[in-house]
Amino acid sequence: MALPQAKQTATEERLAGLNLPAAPGWTRPAREAALARVQAMGMPGRRDEYWRFTNPADFISAVPVPATHHARQKVPVFDGMDRVRLVFVDGVFDPAASDDPALAGVEITRLAEAQDQDIHWAAELYGALEARGQSPVARPLAALNTAFATDGVLIRATGRAEKPVNLIYQHESETSDAILHHVIKVEAGADLTILENGPAAARFNKVMEVDIAEGGAFHHVRVQGRDHDRRAATHIFARLGRESMFKSFTMTANGALTRNECVIELAGDDGVAHVAGACLGDGADFHHDDTVFVTHDAERCESRQVFKKVLRNGATGVFQGKILVRPGAQKTDGYQISQSLLLDEDSQFLVKPELEIYADDVACSHGSTSGAIDETALFYLRSRGVPRSEAVDLMVLSFIAEAVEEIESDQIRDEIVERLSRWLARHRR
Amino acid sequence: MLEIKNLRASLEEEGKEILKGLTLTVEAGKVHAIMGPNGSGKSTLSYVLAGRGGYEVTDGGATLEGRDILAMEPEERAAAGLFLAFQYPVEIPGVGNMTFLRTAVNAQRRTRGEEEMDAATFLKEVRARAKELKIDAEMLKRPVNMGFSGGEKKRNEILQMAMLEPRVCILDETDSGLDVDAMKLVADGVNAMRSPDRGFLVITHYQRLLDHIVPDVVHIMVDGRIIKTGGPELALEVEKNGYADLIEEAA
Ligand SMILES: Nc1ncnc2c1ncn2[C@@H]1O[C@H](COP(=O)(O)OP(=O)(O)OP(=O)(O)O)[C@@H](O)[C@H]1O
Ligand SMILES: [Mg+2]
Repeated sequence: MALPQAKQTATEERLAGLNLPAAPGWTRPAREAALARVQAMGMPGRRDEYWRFTNPADFISAVPVPATHHARQKVPVFDGMDRVRLVFVDGVFDPAASDDPALAGVEITRLAEAQDQDIHWAAELYGALEARGQSPVARPLAALNTAFATDGVLIRATGRAEKPVNLIYQHESETSDAILHHVIKVEAGADLTILENGPAAARFNKVMEVDIAEGGAFHHVRVQGRDHDRRAATHIFARLGRESMFKSFTMTANGALTRNECVIELAGDDGVAHVAGACLGDGADFHHDDTVFVTHDAERCESRQVFKKVLRNGATGVFQGKILVRPGAQKTDGYQISQSLLLDEDSQFLVKPELEIYADDVACSHGSTSGAIDETALFYLRSRGVPRSEAVDLMVLSFIAEAVEEIESDQIRDEIVERLSRWLARHRR
Repeated sequence: MLEIKNLRASLEEEGKEILKGLTLTVEAGKVHAIMGPNGSGKSTLSYVLAGRGGYEVTDGGATLEGRDILAMEPEERAAAGLFLAFQYPVEIPGVGNMTFLRTAVNAQRRTRGEEEMDAATFLKEVRARAKELKIDAEMLKRPVNMGFSGGEKKRNEILQMAMLEPRVCILDETDSGLDVDAMKLVADGVNAMRSPDRGFLVITHYQRLLDHIVPDVVHIMVDGRIIKTGGPELALEVEKNGYADLIEEAA
């Protein structure tokens, strides 16, 4: 089927500036197939069902909107943790700034150097979960990523990783346009934690494919912050085997435009998938979109989506979340909550919560609320001597607590709360 | 210490007058009790004094140690030494009891230009006071009032009061919902804080509390005013005969 003219033009314009790698090696078939998908789907447009609330223009323009990079934090997030740092600068892996990958106790290969290596497991996965995630909802930016990714990491964990792997995305150039693609395989019974932070580039397109085999566990904590101008479209595609676990938490503060998609497929019985996010948006130039799609395709699986957004001074938050329960996925336990705390009347929260259920013995619930600060609680805090601004901060932390509690590690949770508190203190009026 | 003069206050939205010219003085070192039928405005008085929004003071005033508290923000009133134990303490998910208490203690100290309490001293103090009130350490770790029983919430109010060491304490039906033992604990907590430079205003429906916290003065409040003031015997009279006679007598 031919694309509508506007989509066709937009797609051609976006593709004009991109080239497949000269020597793609074993990634070639996946990249070519992805390019064909892009051409068939076209770039996203405002009329697409899942792009009504977020304007994709800045993601598909031929060149990125320039973004000034801000001085790096003195103490980077996760700094107190014993972890293996892998640093990307404007989307290019920087070995000199990174730790020795071998220290993580897992196999790590750089995508840009992998094409000539015989990595069977990655060849089977690269672009495969992304391709599965294209139906029933098209995700053209992810297909574009598979086709044109210039770097990334391939990580395979066969046991309990010795240390968390911290992907650090530094942003230097004002016009950088980074496309990173990571592929992660958690083998049966293995356990891996991935931490991500940093603004990455003026424009950042990132895909992470995560395949978790029977009894495996994958933890993911991501902090998106600092740069006010950066634009990021990210996708996580996760497939869970029997009795496996996937837990992902994202904290976002600042950034002009963020679209975080998370596509989860519970493919084996008794799997557990939790995806959570907290975002703090200040100003009319802040737009943050969480788009989540959880498919239950096995019995007795549990999924939780917990998203909290604190918005002020005209900030916009979007949540589109779906739970799809396929026929036969009995005893599914699905939960979804999306809430916003609007600190003024200029800010807005746009939501599209969806349940689609084709099994009869399931427990699924979803809820969405949007509200102002609870004046009674605020008065209670102030009556104890807590100044209004501090009391508001405590109420904000209270509001996002349910999302933050999804982080399993106490150390990481404490650090995130600490950073949130400081962000709030800096943004007091 | 706390002087309330001819205080009139209305609900901001409806314009309905609740406090209709209330006058009352709590001297340092004294315990005053207020009794009165439901809806007479006792909680409203406590909220207006503590600075809750939604009320408009149309006449009269209130001072704490000579300072006009009605002109202050709620947090400034707290720092000036006013404490209100809520009739219905508020639950705040996600904010730890300890974090909250420490933030409050240190915020008040900062406002008064005093040094903040360090973490170790604070912890020691809280633990000691909590133990006296039989509040267990597990409860302190939980979010503010979350999952607390009615009685536990009231005890938590007294714990906050003990930590904040206010000059004037207003207790709004702190006895309601307490079992006999808990009432004794709360009364002991209050009695331990009685001192020559601290005043109490105890709002209650029941004489029983006043057996434990023996008041110096008892006021009867009806329809936004104090209609009678007397000694502890007044509470006994209310317990025996209700308010009807008193209301008639005042009319
Ligand atoms: N926010 C409000 N909105 C509407 N009416 C109110 C509000 N606050 C107080 N009132 C009314 O004001 C009157 C006094 O209420 P208040 O709670 O002060 O009484 P009280 O003496 O504390 O009663 P109780 O003994 O039942 O606690 C009541 O008629 C009550 O309905
Ligand atoms: Mg009352």
